[in-house]
Amino acid sequence: MNSISRRKFLKITGFSVGAAAAVSTLNPLIKGANKVNKEKVKGIQKIPTYCDICFWKCGAIAYLKDGELWKIEGNPLDPLSKGRLCPRGTGGIGAVKDPDRLRSPLIRTKERGQEVWKEVTWNEALDYIANKMNMIKEKYGPESVAMFAHGIGGNFLKHTLKAYGAINFAAPSFAQCRGPRDVGFELTFGEAIGSPERTDIENAKCIVLIGSHLGENMHNTQVQEFADAVQKDATIIVVDPRFSVAASKAKYYLPIKPGTDIALLLAWMNVIVNEKLYNQEFISKYGFGFEQFAAEISQYTPEWAYPETGIEPELIRKTARTMAMYKPATLIHPGRHTTWYGDDAQRSRAIALLNALMGNWNEKGGFYTPVSFSLPGYPYPAYPKPTKEKLDNPENKYPFASEEITTGIREATITEKPYPIKGWFIYATNLIQALPDEKETIKAIQNLDLMVVVDVIPSEIAGWADVVLPEAVYLERFDDLHMSANKTPFVGIRQPVVDPPADQKPNWWIAKKLAEKLGLGHYYPWNNIEEYMDYRLKAAGLSLERLKKEGIILGEKKPIYASEGVPLEFATPSGKVEFYSTQLAAASFDPVPKYKRPEQPPANHYRLLFGRAPVHSFSRTQSNRILMDMMEENEIWVNPNVAEKWGIKNAQYVKLKNQDGVVSNKIKVKVTERIRTDCVYMVHGFGHNSRMLKGAYGKGASDSGLITKYVTDPLMGGTGMNVNFVTFELEA
Amino acid sequence: MARFGMVIDTKKCVGCMDCVVACKTENNVPEGYNRDWIVTVTNGKFPDTTLEIQSQRCNHCDNTPCVSCCPTGASHIHDVGNVVLVDHEMCIGCKACVAACPYDARFIHPDGYADKCTFCIHRVEKGELPACVSVCPTHCMYFGDLDDPNSEVSKLLASRKNHPLMPEAGTSPRIFYLI
Repeated sequence: MNSISRRKFLKITGFSVGAAAAVSTLNPLIKGANKVNKEKVKGIQKIPTYCDICFWKCGAIAYLKDGELWKIEGNPLDPLSKGRLCPRGTGGIGAVKDPDRLRSPLIRTKERGQEVWKEVTWNEALDYIANKMNMIKEKYGPESVAMFAHGIGGNFLKHTLKAYGAINFAAPSFAQCRGPRDVGFELTFGEAIGSPERTDIENAKCIVLIGSHLGENMHNTQVQEFADAVQKDATIIVVDPRFSVAASKAKYYLPIKPGTDIALLLAWMNVIVNEKLYNQEFISKYGFGFEQFAAEISQYTPEWAYPETGIEPELIRKTARTMAMYKPATLIHPGRHTTWYGDDAQRSRAIALLNALMGNWNEKGGFYTPVSFSLPGYPYPAYPKPTKEKLDNPENKYPFASEEITTGIREATITEKPYPIKGWFIYATNLIQALPDEKETIKAIQNLDLMVVVDVIPSEIAGWADVVLPEAVYLERFDDLHMSANKTPFVGIRQPVVDPPADQKPNWWIAKKLAEKLGLGHYYPWNNIEEYMDYRLKAAGLSLERLKKEGIILGEKKPIYASEGVPLEFATPSGKVEFYSTQLAAASFDPVPKYKRPEQPPANHYRLLFGRAPVHSFSRTQSNRILMDMMEENEIWVNPNVAEKWGIKNAQYVKLKNQDGVVSNKIKVKVTERIRTDCVYMVHGFGHNSRMLKGAYGKGASDSGLITKYVTDPLMGGTGMNVNFVTFELEA
Repeated sequence: MARFGMVIDTKKCVGCMDCVVACKTENNVPEGYNRDWIVTVTNGKFPDTTLEIQSQRCNHCDNTPCVSCCPTGASHIHDVGNVVLVDHEMCIGCKACVAACPYDARFIHPDGYADKCTFCIHRVEKGELPACVSVCPTHCMYFGDLDDPNSEVSKLLASRKNHPLMPEAGTSPRIFYLI
């Protein structure tokens, strides 16, 4: 096998040339490089599928022109995209044509992290993995292989690992993202918010966004509904230390001091309770512990909140009254990325309680009841019975964690307690940028006997792997059927539009072949994924042929509001909406949320805040040349007063140094009146240092690299990451 | 004869750049170039800040310095909708139009001709909307005949406050921003 270093990869530019052609010229070693579009059908072909550039999974239609991938549009049948994709989805063809893609299976030949590999065949790669897995099983038991995954594509690999006996699976989407929100709502309403969120934005008459930057985060359905609500003159209230795009649409902008949101929420509730502006009928019927809650909340006046939040008492009152005026069609958005300060589940609970005061559960303009298509599962053999317990949350340390905790698995991998973890599978998530404190991640990796990364691009985490398996891009593969709960039940298909340009394979194939290598082939009674889908669709009286043709099949309309007959039922201990939480009290937590002043930045330091740009998903899209043309690097947002103090000019490059002395890549300064003076802001996902990711390498700075500190949420194990402070390092 | 123009609602626009991406794929605009782009105009002092987001492109002006300066006649006014176009075959890439355009809407394509927004005339002539308009997730863009008082664009301009870009340049631009 040819031994290659990432650094020796030839630069491939100009994707209009066609990636396949370029590759076959420059690297004749890659097998199957001439496969793309071998049947060049003349004219336009339209093939429906669903998007994978983020997790929203919008229905899409890919266009081929004379057999070449041309463009992607939304599928008008799809309730999520409503026929319009977001910029990332529209730029999805850039993922296929990304010259930095992984092309063939790789096995590490030098130390971990050196990024030196040999190209191997799939057979060699899977044999290597299966051997190591068998050794781990024999020595430690199958529970000692863990998996981190993001997205629907991980389903089949999970199935293989479960068949092997693995039990430790986690996704950063819980403890590094939406976990606190889901737990806060579960504790209050007995149900999580789900994804897509059950927010009825389009019918809301008043929308409150707390740190949520809709329009910059491009959760397609939500942004469409938000724009619709703006057009219909809904009153928008935005709370953010940064004048976000959403803030520019707001009637009331509250430039809050970072980390003080709970104080504002308590004061809002104080006003609404004091002035009896809450939904009395809803609360008398469905509320539990309202009196205790009201008594506790009575101390939190707007005057109390003012020095904490910096928000004028009158503005707090006015906005509280506005919310109450439009109830129940007032929606206080629960947000999505909510791991900020380590008290996030309680903040989310305060948001849930404020919504409860509006009585907007199952109401138009509040939270609807999501409905989904249901298909019978495929009848697989039962998984082996585990002899150990999951180790991400030992002794239920985080009693309200409702999903597995990534950082718990990482910690167990370091400490080998309660038992060792010796294998990591990582599917489509760049743990180096997704988890806080990359040092800990790298430390954990040192304890592994096997580390496998399955992905489409060589992210930082791939650089640490023993084996890298190149997955086909979503436009080149089938995936599991998509049936997200939302307003209209539907089933959607992802199907190949073009062939992979090199030796990439779909994840279902990888998972099935690995199962066969492990002697677990009987867990895949089907020969290919179409048989699997056909079985499930037929069981519901649907045809795979029709789904392939239309992309989306809608189910029967179901009621989603109380007015349509959805019963109000709450899966809490009291069966009601818990204003006072006996569960929290029993576990020695605050039964009604309390505010604690966050740690303040040291002198000449600024709180590091991060967020999304509409043209990128996490750290996964920066090498997509179309999206790169939209945004090639991130910027650090700095208030003009701060810039003046430091003598920093707009567009100048600086480095950032955090409280632990970690220094970032250089990053361009955006001097702007759109941010407070006590914080700075950057878009997440840049500052790549994976050398194979040539297009994105060294462009912008990584917020994750500066997040060496985090505060763990005692309720659910989420990692609060807005607790890092940075100062400027000016180039001499 | 129609006089095509565009109306863009800055109240709804979130500046997501879907219009830019869609133009790029629809028209196969090469890497490093765009025919449309987003400009954000920030005013005021924090926190009393305002922001106007503008999706910008060739304004398909009524008075066209880019056409009158063209030595070969490549830059011309199309007979459908008065759309300003460039004939790639006739263009010699002299850049006179690039310099003449007050909106900086033109660039020299790597293949040697002046390139810019065409209002997706190839789509419009088939009864479709320009790509940027058709993909916009916020539905903030409108396209139509400014000379038809019953068109959506004319009605919006009659009913909402709006402004074009750089009217002082005297080119009578045909893209209007609702504020």
